Amino acid sequence: MASRNGVTIAGVGIRIEKVDLPGIGVRHDLVTEAGRRISVVSHRDGERDLGVFDLDDPDECRAPVSLSDDEAAALADVLSASVMLSRLTSLSDETAGLYTEQIALPTDSPYLNRTLGDTKARTRTHASIVAIVRDRQVIASPTPSEPLRAGDVIVAVGTREGLDGVSRLLANGPD
Amino acid sequence: MHETTLLLIEVGALLLGMSLLGRLALLIGLSPIPFYLVLGLAFGSGGIVPFDASIEFLQTGSEIGVILLLALLGLEYTATELFDSLKSARMPGVVDGLLNALPGAALALLLGWGPVAAVALAGVTWVSSSGVVAKLLRDLGRLSNRETPAILGVLVIEDLAMAFYLPVLSAIVIGVSLVQGAIAVAIAVAVVVVILYIALRHGHLVSRLFPADHAEPLLLGVLGLTMLVAGLAQEVSVSAAVGAFLVGIALSGRVAVNASQVLTPLRDLFAATFFVFFGLTTDSSQLLSMILPALLLAAITIATKLVTGAYAAKRAGVGTLGRWRAGFALAPRGEFSIVIAGLAVTSGVEPALASLATDYVLITIIAGTFLARVPDATWFRQAVRRRQQRARQAV
Repeated sequence: MASRNGVTIAGVGIRIEKVDLPGIGVRHDLVTEAGRRISVVSHRDGERDLGVFDLDDPDECRAPVSLSDDEAAALADVLSASVMLSRLTSLSDETAGLYTEQIALPTDSPYLNRTLGDTKARTRTHASIVAIVRDRQVIASPTPSEPLRAGDVIVAVGTREGLDGVSRLLANGPD
Repeated sequence: MHETTLLLIEVGALLLGMSLLGRLALLIGLSPIPFYLVLGLAFGSGGIVPFDASIEFLQTGSEIGVILLLALLGLEYTATELFDSLKSARMPGVVDGLLNALPGAALALLLGWGPVAAVALAGVTWVSSSGVVAKLLRDLGRLSNRETPAILGVLVIEDLAMAFYLPVLSAIVIGVSLVQGAIAVAIAVAVVVVILYIALRHGHLVSRLFPADHAEPLLLGVLGLTMLVAGLAQEVSVSAAVGAFLVGIALSGRVAVNASQVLTPLRDLFAATFFVFFGLTTDSSQLLSMILPALLLAAITIATKLVTGAYAAKRAGVGTLGRWRAGFALAPRGEFSIVIAGLAVTSGVEPALASLATDYVLITIIAGTFLARVPDATWFRQAVRRRQQRARQAV
């Protein structure tokens, strides 16, 4: 091995490889189930390149794209939103022990008129807030800066315990 | 005309010319180093217009150039990266050293230049140019490729090996008796090990000396420390360049990142001055007579680099095409080869060595830049694929 390869398991059966690039930065590779390899090179000066490996030559990354901070964040948002959607649609069979719940924001909630990020719901309860329903409009994948308003209905996904945690958190604040 | 006035005119014209050539280099996707060397040759001894008033200034500038070149190289690596590469790329590093240093040494002996020149020319052919190779990988969009860590591993080992090679070379070019020479080498190696130890273990303390967020004191402080250590290293014949390299390694974290930002423009100026000055002091009338040996040497050592790169890539589990890419990418020699030749020639080793090194660097950079693109060509990819299919059918 030319460089120390750290392999982290980022989910069931998902392999992320970390390779040091001396003098340049770090490369993270994701190898998909179909054997395709996607890599992100994080330069030390903060830039990043996204690349997809060639079909014919599994060692070569064809035409890597360099992304600005905002572009990378936007791409990550798009990906996580699409993951949320596919999880939501697969919830009917509830095999994963995941539930979805609509929680009306209590009128005396300590988070009223504060931002979604202030609740730290995901860190505190391990449940995710995937949408907010406001005035019959759906705000899908709300960002942490989204303010919470009176009458909001919060759509959360998580385990039974996690969802109960979200309800308590929104009603009483952190324990 | 006043001396200083003439200096301003000469240096100004020179920088202007370098800028134009640099743009030309960008246009054809070549490293500017060959252009700077040629520009220096044109104005130097035996060239078209001699260049006198500013020679002292350029000499000082070129010495600072070497120091900054090495200091910034050191800043690019963290201590952990050096250690990890030392563990993982040790074998390719050894193969690289043997395959590429020996042809240089052999040619120097064949030309009858003696053992000291052989050690110097071995260094010239050994070390690939980290600057040119890293830029090539960036330009060709190969940073994500799987063979890239293997290439970088070889470069790191080479740069680290220079920390030991240069002091040894400086000690032997002085031309002392065997015992005195051995003592000088021992002192040099001990000093390098001590500085390396401080850099690796207590680098954060060194970094704390400098304010990371204030550009001006940071620039003056890092430049000051680098020149101070370089000078002290020179004094105990460890070579200024190595002192500067070790200072670069000792600095880490935000100080290192910001320091390399503020020092890069200075490095660009003085390193370019270094290449021009090397050209200026090289006798261009000997360039032509050295072209054949240089071509021969370049052909052999491009082939040996190809083997080195392919071997390093194979060890990393990279396929055939990637091995070709790694091999050709390592071909260009550059700043280190010129630094080594400069060190040898100023200490009185065969002056034709400078002409040979100039020819050699020009050839390997130009050939290497084009060869590196060959594995991306359609005909080459098809040829490799056909060979693989034939091999599969044969099994």
